[in-house]
Amino acid sequence: MFQANPNHSSSVLSGDRSIEVQHLTVMYQDVQALRNLTVTIAAGQLVGIFGPNGAGKSTLVKAMLGLIPAATGTVTYGDRPLAEQRQRVAYVPQRSQIDWTFPATVWDVVMMGRVRKTGFLRPFSGVSRRLAVNALERVGMAEYGDRRIGDLSGGQQQRVFLARSLAQDADIFCFDEPFVGVDQTTEQILFSIFRELASQGKTVMVVNHDLGESITHFDHLILLNRELIAAGDRRSVLQPQHMTRAYGGHVRFFEPQAA
Amino acid sequence: MLELLWEPLQYSFMQRSLIVAVLVGMICAVVGSYLMVRRLAMLGDAISHALLPGLAIAFALGVNLYIGAFIAGVLSTVVIAWIQTRSPIKEDAAMGIVLSSFFALGITLITIIQRDNKIDLNHFLFGNILGVSSGEVRDTAIITIVVLATVVLLYKELLFYSFDPLGAQAAGLPVNLLNFGQMILIALTVVASMKSVGVVLVLAMLITPGAIAYLLVPRLHQVMLLGALLGMVSSVAGLYLSYYYNIPSGPAIVLVISGLFFLTLLFSPRYGVLKRSLSMPLPLWRDLQAWLRR
Repeated sequence: MFQANPNHSSSVLSGDRSIEVQHLTVMYQDVQALRNLTVTIAAGQLVGIFGPNGAGKSTLVKAMLGLIPAATGTVTYGDRPLAEQRQRVAYVPQRSQIDWTFPATVWDVVMMGRVRKTGFLRPFSGVSRRLAVNALERVGMAEYGDRRIGDLSGGQQQRVFLARSLAQDADIFCFDEPFVGVDQTTEQILFSIFRELASQGKTVMVVNHDLGESITHFDHLILLNRELIAAGDRRSVLQPQHMTRAYGGHVRFFEPQAA
Repeated sequence: MLELLWEPLQYSFMQRSLIVAVLVGMICAVVGSYLMVRRLAMLGDAISHALLPGLAIAFALGVNLYIGAFIAGVLSTVVIAWIQTRSPIKEDAAMGIVLSSFFALGITLITIIQRDNKIDLNHFLFGNILGVSSGEVRDTAIITIVVLATVVLLYKELLFYSFDPLGAQAAGLPVNLLNFGQMILIALTVVASMKSVGVVLVLAMLITPGAIAYLLVPRLHQVMLLGALLGMVSSVAGLYLSYYYNIPSGPAIVLVISGLFFLTLLFSPRYGVLKRSLSMPLPLWRDLQAWLRR
């Protein structure tokens, strides 16, 4: 497949690659969950995926990673399908997808981030352990290693999952509704680390629905409602006509001041 | 007292039974821990009931009963998955249908075979640990080694997959293979348990030891280790009960482990219903009050 992106062929650094989604359609039984969606997700930016409930935000991320089958379309990263390069991906599912009563400690969960890189039939290396310790320190959870995952608050649990994704040492980070049920401190930590990852040239995608002030953290927005409504920099997407199309009527959202 | 424990062991059949009891108690708890944390208890029940027709056909053909039972067990998981992907029938309904249809077929076949052969349906349904042959001890030992080696070697992958299947898939782990591997482990374990607990009650040995351990320790490998210890102890205790009181070994073993479960539920330091601090009333009393006030 041809890529019109001039950066792509010249770049060796994975950080400069982008994800190209072409004509993606996803079906659930007979219902179209996403229709003919084409969008480019550039590395080095904090990308927010927005839309009303049932707009297909999570579906987009899952279909991009090949976790659910696409009816049509391709998703490439560099010159190959993204689904074949999942060792580069760190994915944090919605909180509701996880059984928080599972018998595992914080340390167990963070080390899961090292399973793929470690490989079959091998024990975790010292490097892996150090990466896990660093990741826990970055999210401010270093002292909680021995705690049961179920004993933490929602915000702390989300930070542990963020630490797991950091330990994965990935190029592409996908977070599904990471701000649901978390406290202010956690929200700040999440945004500062997302920003840090983007500035290192990583691809950072965040499914979100909060149209409040926190939306100003995102560089790039993808607005969905079963199909692509708008994509691009924040200011160009946050236009009343786009929001009306996406949310079907009047909706309040944080409008950037003309400064 | 010790005499009661040693005396039966002078018989070689009792030695064989003891070995099988220990091995089966151990692997049921280890493999069953996966079923418990993945909320697949019903699947354990389905696979165990589904063994019967394989057993009957293997007997009729004169091949190793364990192999026939294993094939039927794996086949049942394939049929359950097939029903789910081909129709909007939900997982639990699919399991219920497969469990009962395989079980019915198995009982029918064994009843037919029973008429002119020396095979006792009750032994497979409720266990007959005092009647294990040396060949069955060997097969149980082989299954134990395979199961334990797989759990140890794939521990970190199976932990990730059991806890967060989507995250594991997104990280590039072969989740379909891991899932199938878990099904194979369950089928092997249930096959090995046929003679000691029988297919009707094996679910108790899969779930209960892990459930007790889960009330006491925080990590999956600890749940498996403590569960294995509890499974072995109750299997051996059930074996002696079976010997002295001439009751089927399955119910005897299951009554012991179930008794341990309810004791733990009452007294567990973390979740115990009777746990109390000085300032607080008994939780059990509180529950009762809340119920009375409804």
